[in-house]
Amino acid sequence: MANAKVNICGIDFKNPVITASGTFGFGREYADYFDLSRLGGISSKGLTLNKKDGNKGIRLHETPSGLLNSIGLQNPGVDAFIEEELPFMKEQNTVILANVGGGSLEEYLKMIEKLNYTDIDMIELNISCPNVKSGGMAFGIRCVDAERVVKEVKTICKKPLIVKLSPNAENIGDMAESCVESGADALSLVNTFSGMAIDIYGRKPVFDNTIAGLSGPCIKPIALRMVYEVSKRVDVPIIGMGGIMDYKDAIEFIMAGADLIQIGSGNFINPTISLDIIDGIEDFMEKQGIRDLSEIKGIIGRENLC
Amino acid sequence: MLDGYKSLTIKSNTEISTNIFEIKLEMDLEKEIKPGQFFMIRGWETNDPFLPRPISVADVEENTLTFLYEVRGRGTHIVSKLCKGDTLDILGPLGNGFSLKGAGKKAIVSGGIGIAPMVYLLKNLEGEIDFYAGFRSEVYWMDKVKEHSNFVFISTEDGSVCHKGFCIDEFDPTKYDEVLTCGPIPMMKRVIELCKGIVPVQVSMESKMACGIGACLGCTIETRDGMKRVCKEGPIFKGSEVIFNG
Repeated sequence: MANAKVNICGIDFKNPVITASGTFGFGREYADYFDLSRLGGISSKGLTLNKKDGNKGIRLHETPSGLLNSIGLQNPGVDAFIEEELPFMKEQNTVILANVGGGSLEEYLKMIEKLNYTDIDMIELNISCPNVKSGGMAFGIRCVDAERVVKEVKTICKKPLIVKLSPNAENIGDMAESCVESGADALSLVNTFSGMAIDIYGRKPVFDNTIAGLSGPCIKPIALRMVYEVSKRVDVPIIGMGGIMDYKDAIEFIMAGADLIQIGSGNFINPTISLDIIDGIEDFMEKQGIRDLSEIKGIIGRENLC
Repeated sequence: MLDGYKSLTIKSNTEISTNIFEIKLEMDLEKEIKPGQFFMIRGWETNDPFLPRPISVADVEENTLTFLYEVRGRGTHIVSKLCKGDTLDILGPLGNGFSLKGAGKKAIVSGGIGIAPMVYLLKNLEGEIDFYAGFRSEVYWMDKVKEHSNFVFISTEDGSVCHKGFCIDEFDPTKYDEVLTCGPIPMMKRVIELCKGIVPVQVSMESKMACGIGACLGCTIETRDGMKRVCKEGPIFKGSEVIFNG
């Protein structure tokens, strides 16, 4: 059997497949359907300092090959996460990422201080949630704003720091460079695209917040291009995501420059989709004679750099 | 471990009223399925439509699982075109289901396609049951309801069949020990108002869903005990706990 192991930031992943924040809760629901230890990793539901009820009104709206969501970071708060959810997650024998959102620099810092003293494996700093005013995306649009928060967080963060980028950034390549220069140990991209839908009979937006986040296969080509661009600009590990539905999509992201990939909306279509993707990647490696994913990582466009 | 999506063979898929379909599936596994539970269903292999559709269980007989569904969008339209011998992918049963513990005389109040979970409920509910069914114009599934009910009251909004108006026009909550309802939000809201302080209500809520298993928090509704997931803590809620918005 081919070996799909990956190591980034000194952390071993059994395979490159991580379930994406906001699509997998804290793993409990999916543990009813498969053994979570098969996963490369799990990224927690987006956390905030205090408990959040999330947005009112409609939260989901299907689009062609995709989905708009406006959940609004409903979560139990970082303390309840540490006490009630993290122990369960750590029992799953896979890498655990804490996805950290925040409305202010102070909120991010308080959360990092709390998480520093847990056995969480990595921090995924969410500067890209479009669905709450204080969801962090304010920090993910302009490089200067991102630099400020990443620098401060990095100063106190005792865990490997992944910064999750928004595709709504002014320039994704510049944003990636800014975050790395400010201390990001790795980058994950992309979060959802800002989008909207209108109820034409009610003559009003479908969502109370008007703007929601678009995900699913409809964004894949753009997400892939962004991973490709970013991988040519920075030297840190990259976690690629955006509409990955099967092993072929996953391999595309890896060839575009991703070390690891995340599965988001795909979990909604099939709770065991990650297993199919892991098996598919290993089978592809076997059949293609690939012994290590580093052989194909970022092979697209590599020639241009030489 | 629970089963993931399974492909079941379609035995029949019949339009029993305009845009209302009854689909019967071959189900060899004996699963315990409670009235009021639902399945996520998918009848296409492409990424478009993207999400599976939550559909409540209409009946369970030996080796046959039945859904009653209304064609509302592209997903249900595709499912309506499936034929005998085709397959439908299903995940479930999901959700909590109705509580069957209540004693005494009961009323079931349904509006439109809200009748879907009620026949299987009737079959499993003990005691004397009165059934109030409201429709817009065409009436369906009444034979099965009559078979298991003590008294049946049918209404249509346009008066084309039976009472003209709403099925709750002659509903008297003081006659019952428990009320169970499923239908359009304004109807369920009205039933809960009428029953307030008189008789407990179980209400089957509907919401847009993505995962169907409690992870995405997309179907969450507001209740007096905080936010709850229709797919996990529901779809059946106490009438007194639900907060209707708008």
